[in-house]
Amino acid sequence: MTQDSIFLNSIIYLTAAVVSVPIAKKAGLGSVLGYLLAGIIIGPHALHLVGNEGAEIMHFAEFGVVIMLFLIGLELHPSMLWQMKRQIFGLGGLQIGITASIITVLSAFFWLNLTQAVTTGLILAISSTAIVLQTLSEKGLLKTQAGQHSFSVLLMQDISVIPILSIIALLAGEAASSGDLIVTENVVAHEGWQKFLIIIAIVAFIIIAGRFFAHYLFRFIAETKMREIFTATALLMIISITLAMNYVGLSPALGTFIAGVVLANSEYRHELENNLEPFKGLLLGLFFISVGANIDFILLKNNLLTIVFILSLLIITKLIVLYILGRAFKLNYSQNMLFTFSLAQSGEFAFVLISFATQNGIYDSFTSGVLLIVVALSMLITPLLFIINEKWIQPKLAKIDAKPPEDIIDNETNPVIIAGFGRFGMVLGRFLVANGIKATIIDNNPHNIDYLRKFGYKVYYGDITNANTLKSAGAEEAKILVITMNDRNQIDSLVNVAKRNHPHLKLIVRGIDIAHALELKNKGVDAVKQETFGSAVSLGIEALKNLDFNSYQAQRAANTFKHLGQQLMDKLQQRYSPDDPHFVMETKKFSEHLENILLMQQKHPIQDMDCAWDPESLIEEAKEHHLKQNKNEN
Amino acid sequence: MNRILILFAHPLQQKSRINAQMIKSIEGLENVTINNLYNNYPDFFIDVNKEQDLLTQHDLIIWHHPFYWYSAPSILKEWFDLVLEHGFAFGKNGGELKGKTCMNVITTGARKETYTYNGFNRYPLNAFMIPFEQSAHLCQMNYLPPYAVHGSHLLDDNEVNSIARQYKADIIKLRDYDIPCSNFKKFEYSNDAISQLMP
Repeated sequence: MTQDSIFLNSIIYLTAAVVSVPIAKKAGLGSVLGYLLAGIIIGPHALHLVGNEGAEIMHFAEFGVVIMLFLIGLELHPSMLWQMKRQIFGLGGLQIGITASIITVLSAFFWLNLTQAVTTGLILAISSTAIVLQTLSEKGLLKTQAGQHSFSVLLMQDISVIPILSIIALLAGEAASSGDLIVTENVVAHEGWQKFLIIIAIVAFIIIAGRFFAHYLFRFIAETKMREIFTATALLMIISITLAMNYVGLSPALGTFIAGVVLANSEYRHELENNLEPFKGLLLGLFFISVGANIDFILLKNNLLTIVFILSLLIITKLIVLYILGRAFKLNYSQNMLFTFSLAQSGEFAFVLISFATQNGIYDSFTSGVLLIVVALSMLITPLLFIINEKWIQPKLAKIDAKPPEDIIDNETNPVIIAGFGRFGMVLGRFLVANGIKATIIDNNPHNIDYLRKFGYKVYYGDITNANTLKSAGAEEAKILVITMNDRNQIDSLVNVAKRNHPHLKLIVRGIDIAHALELKNKGVDAVKQETFGSAVSLGIEALKNLDFNSYQAQRAANTFKHLGQQLMDKLQQRYSPDDPHFVMETKKFSEHLENILLMQQKHPIQDMDCAWDPESLIEEAKEHHLKQNKNEN
Repeated sequence: MNRILILFAHPLQQKSRINAQMIKSIEGLENVTINNLYNNYPDFFIDVNKEQDLLTQHDLIIWHHPFYWYSAPSILKEWFDLVLEHGFAFGKNGGELKGKTCMNVITTGARKETYTYNGFNRYPLNAFMIPFEQSAHLCQMNYLPPYAVHGSHLLDDNEVNSIARQYKADIIKLRDYDIPCSNFKKFEYSNDAISQLMP
């Protein structure tokens, strides 16, 4: 491809995405359907903006699935994964086994020979990780019971792609290979046990490196404060794992998933998520577009009835199997319907497996063409199935299920988020912890984090001014966001992001100076304190005490001073108008020029103002009274 | 031998004449502990355990303060509220202060004549002492009549000095001799009781 054609293609794909996805989302269809439709529109059968290179792009875009599995791994702690073992192996295994068997029988009954039938059963049993997880997380359903069950099944399917490849190779009766990114047959020409050892070694390497060394690497990179290098490191890591997995013939998605799980406890988790999220999103989008673009509408038109029949048979079979299994695994009706309708399609692995089987002579070009269309259409109608479930089925089930489905609540949903955990934030954090209040802490200085983690604080490294980080820190569930960062711009942008995305959050902010505090107050933050004011006055108390002030006298002087400061703030606040350049200049001048503050104080010296308990006037009066009495007596 | 605890409460020591002098005169006396409440707790956050320990380590408790609004400055009320806890000073498991002796040392701006039923303040000083007296009673302590300095507004420096000297002498007596509590109660003021009963 020449440079120009790369740019031209980029424009076509990006325009398609930018135009169709927002429209699809507005129409309530979800982004996946938007991408698929965009693909169909730009594909060879509609506008013909892209031609046959669509298939190549699809293989490249499958890398998005690899990144997605890594990100999902990041969300799963190893202990959570262990708790899910029954769902992964039991539910997932049964789903693949039963669905594959039924489809095999049906295929053999209608038209295929036994080899073809078994192959077809195995291929079509697998669902689409990309569509299902993307849709579930978009709808915020990933953490529901149905979401977790769906995820377990998809994970098991992903694992079983490797044995399925072997089975197909075996059925074809000859060794074969494919140069695909997602799955490759063993390219290491070793004996079985040697290969097994190499696999164990590589997986062990990923786990050990992730558990013990990644931490140092990420900190080293993060300290450079170069975001793009952090992103580059994350991508480098994932691509390396992908290649290593390809080398030993394991699924790269599985490899990066393991890496993600290993890094789930890392303090750099949020940062990794934020850096990789856009890549995942774009690549998945590209993948969906290419699926849409690759649907062969001529073949579809010529065999419409056959294809619709096969498609219906596939979807109905899957729905029935999933429904029964969901009930057997004790999902309630509403959750079970979500689970059932989520997984009723065939997935992206089918494209790979079908071409692999065709290369091995199992399918003729007609059969493979028909199957490819069936798979693509099943993906295309998945968003529609979600809509049917939401609009028609769930409302009716609401009455049957006595109580609503319980969400699996993330255990890091604390009522308080502290943004910025330097010396200032640390005192505040200790204060809250001492009062039994749990806080999620985000800081963008890796040094602080190491130090604090040693003392058992749960601190994350990340740029919280990023809307996604704020969200993943639990902003939806939190009540209060305490901002103790020391960079004025960062404070401002976090206040803006929080106000825009999470209006329910109470904002407690440390302002830099008077002008900043005023500005924040007018943005509607709930409380603001100047960062140095309190401690400066406290130190002033000590100074006074060493100048022969009594402790209590010094304390009152400080209280008075603070009170006056607050009064001044309130006065300025009333006059505040951000549009009046005069006022803005005044306050700025005020905060910048000490002179003004000093002038103000000269007018109101605190010593003279505090008349509390002063008996002078009383003594004066008593003396007058006494004189008068003496006069009278005389 | 009585160990004496002076709980001194004056919010404006820098302008005080009489009280500052009185306290200064007894500073450094053996077995006399001066606990300057406003200095030790400028933020009113009273260390209850420390204060209770001090109480148990002394035999005669003296609340020394100017007479504000017919009572004590506010920190002393805070001290009462926090330190004389149920279960420590009174109640079924209280009684830690049982048998101790206590007394108010008071300075008033107005002269003694104003503290009579016909006077400007309409009651004798002892009548205003009822909350202290009853509090002491609840804690099973012996409550002595108040030790009072009246007319502080009009005292000159010589008078202030002699009052301070007298205070020191009286404190030493209270420290060194047994206090005949029941006989004290026959007097209106402890000033007179000390001079007559403890020569």
